[in-house]
Amino acid sequence: MAILADSQTRVLVQGITGREAASFVLDCIRYGTQIVAGVTPGRGGQRVHGVPVFDTVAMAQQGTHCTASVVSVPAAHVVDAATEGLDAGLKLVVIVTERVPRRDVVTILERARDRAATVIGPNSLGIVSPDVVRLGMAGGALVSLRRAYRKGPVAIMSRSGGMLTELANLLTQAGIGQSTCVSVGGDPIVGSTFLDLLPRFEADTETKALVLFCGPGGTMEEQFAEHVAVHKSRLPVIAFIAGRFTDGIQRIQFGHAGAIVDGQRGSPARKAALLREAGVLVADHLADVPQLVRRELERAS
Amino acid sequence: MKPNSCCGISVPSGRVVSAREEGGDAANTVGGPAVVKAQIPSGKRLSSGGVRFAETPAEAALATQELLRSRVLGFEVNHVLVEERLDIRAEFFIGITYDTAARAAIILASANGGIGLEDGGAMIRREFSVQHAPSEDLGRAIGRDLGFSDNLEVSLGRVIAQLACCFLQWDALLLEVNPLALRSDQEWSVADVHLELDDEALYRQVDLKPHLILSAGVAGRRSSFEREAAEIDSADPRGVAGRLIPFEGDLGLLIGGGGASLAIMDAILDAQLKPANYCEIGGNPSVWKVKELTKLILAQPNVRRLAVIMNVVNNTRSDLVARGVIKGVVESGRKPDETIAVFRVPGSWEEEGADILRQYNVPFLGRETSLDEAVKAVTWRS
Repeated sequence: MAILADSQTRVLVQGITGREAASFVLDCIRYGTQIVAGVTPGRGGQRVHGVPVFDTVAMAQQGTHCTASVVSVPAAHVVDAATEGLDAGLKLVVIVTERVPRRDVVTILERARDRAATVIGPNSLGIVSPDVVRLGMAGGALVSLRRAYRKGPVAIMSRSGGMLTELANLLTQAGIGQSTCVSVGGDPIVGSTFLDLLPRFEADTETKALVLFCGPGGTMEEQFAEHVAVHKSRLPVIAFIAGRFTDGIQRIQFGHAGAIVDGQRGSPARKAALLREAGVLVADHLADVPQLVRRELERAS
Repeated sequence: MKPNSCCGISVPSGRVVSAREEGGDAANTVGGPAVVKAQIPSGKRLSSGGVRFAETPAEAALATQELLRSRVLGFEVNHVLVEERLDIRAEFFIGITYDTAARAAIILASANGGIGLEDGGAMIRREFSVQHAPSEDLGRAIGRDLGFSDNLEVSLGRVIAQLACCFLQWDALLLEVNPLALRSDQEWSVADVHLELDDEALYRQVDLKPHLILSAGVAGRRSSFEREAAEIDSADPRGVAGRLIPFEGDLGLLIGGGGASLAIMDAILDAQLKPANYCEIGGNPSVWKVKELTKLILAQPNVRRLAVIMNVVNNTRSDLVARGVIKGVVESGRKPDETIAVFRVPGSWEEEGADILRQYNVPFLGRETSLDEAVKAVTWRS
């Protein structure tokens, strides 16, 4: 069982006629994803790799009954594309575009909250449930995607798109497969955090362990740690935190609001300490992750 | 240049000066008691001597002379603001920003403004929607929480709504007024502002762009090594490849972008290697871009060898990185097999990448070699 999307999910690609989207759509289809429609305003009636293109999300829905979308449009158009999809009733919107202005991101998330929809990203490389479905471009070209990801019991959530595939590949090389791997997006504010997605992985019978790739800044790890410390999780969690060296670099602090809102949050060392206190296994080296995962899987079985 | 209002709210009259001899003139225009403020991109200016209070124009002129060309908090002071000293009854703090944990825009307010903020005290916090113009209702509610009623509640409500409106309109990440001054005549003045804009939204802030003197000041701190890398990046839209930070060591680095670069940098420092720079590449850079960055890094006199280490790449093509690195090394007049300490770029188009390196006798490390092992390979090959 895959979380968020499966082989039956009918997927729309917004911006399908763009260079980037056109390059990942074909490999997604070959991997098993049902990409049923594309939207690019003004390009209705065209086809991209056999996928029909519509002018609006509503028109695409009428024709194809799509329920999820991958947004791959220029940063300046993301807020329009994503809110159009949410207003049309899409339940899952994956935004792969980078460099989306903060105000636009918060606008999209406010809208998603109103519509009880799930947003992944922005700045997400996508989602891979090995041998089932891929949304976005995680894993890259089909040959490489099939080599790096393999079906199995371990879920991965990563703040870095590049490191999602690196971690999947590291586990695959060690003979450990994955259930669903999510690039949650590298921005300070994203639609779905580690904590938002945790209940879905806990409810997934296929998932037996969870790997997190963490980094400096933001509050995602702290919120996850605070929750797990109190509520525990049925899943063993193994985390790697990149950017320890940044703790030594001094940042310019403007004004007081940042310190009032975030306090000491953001430092890799503090994230590691909080996660450890919450019972998460924090790997000192990336290469240690597979053996920690194996130990936890053996302990659970 | 100095506006006479901020978000429609009055600001003290005054002038920004950059030459020492202009100080007296600016102080005379202000007339009575003045404040002289160093214009640097940092907080804590008062406690570090970057803000001076003057009773007379002569004192203000002297303070201007002393501050200009001095260093405050590590920044050279090229501009100072000479402005009227307000007759202030009370000082408040208003901060508008995004709360990353709540994923919402928020207004923070405190009755202990100015430097009193450091002493703590109650901080009011309200979320607001970014989809609509912030309402005066919300501002008045904050006014009541701060203990106001009647006319002052109404006028403060308007001030807060105006500030929140500007925060959204300017695509700010932070708009902080400290202090927001309640003058003795019951009017509000913005006595000092910290404004941080969203770089990603600058393309649509055409009116603000010409006024951004401070970001130029920050850019001025860059070395020529960093500037040239940024120029290479902006000369070609394909891929992100220009974020470069110089270090003191002898090992040039081209490493996978974002989270990967952080993980690789940690591993490199753990292995006691001495990087000459941090330079991340990703997002499928062109051969030209990789070649030019390779040449730039190898042109640094301290650089002996180059390590190219990326995560299992997704949309970046291994073969294009390989071609760019080889071309860059050859055009620098160096031998690839002696210069490239390690090349680990598995993922999309990896066979083609390996083929290119084989022609130059450079080992290609693939997906079976972990990032940690790739870093260790640098020491084995030295």
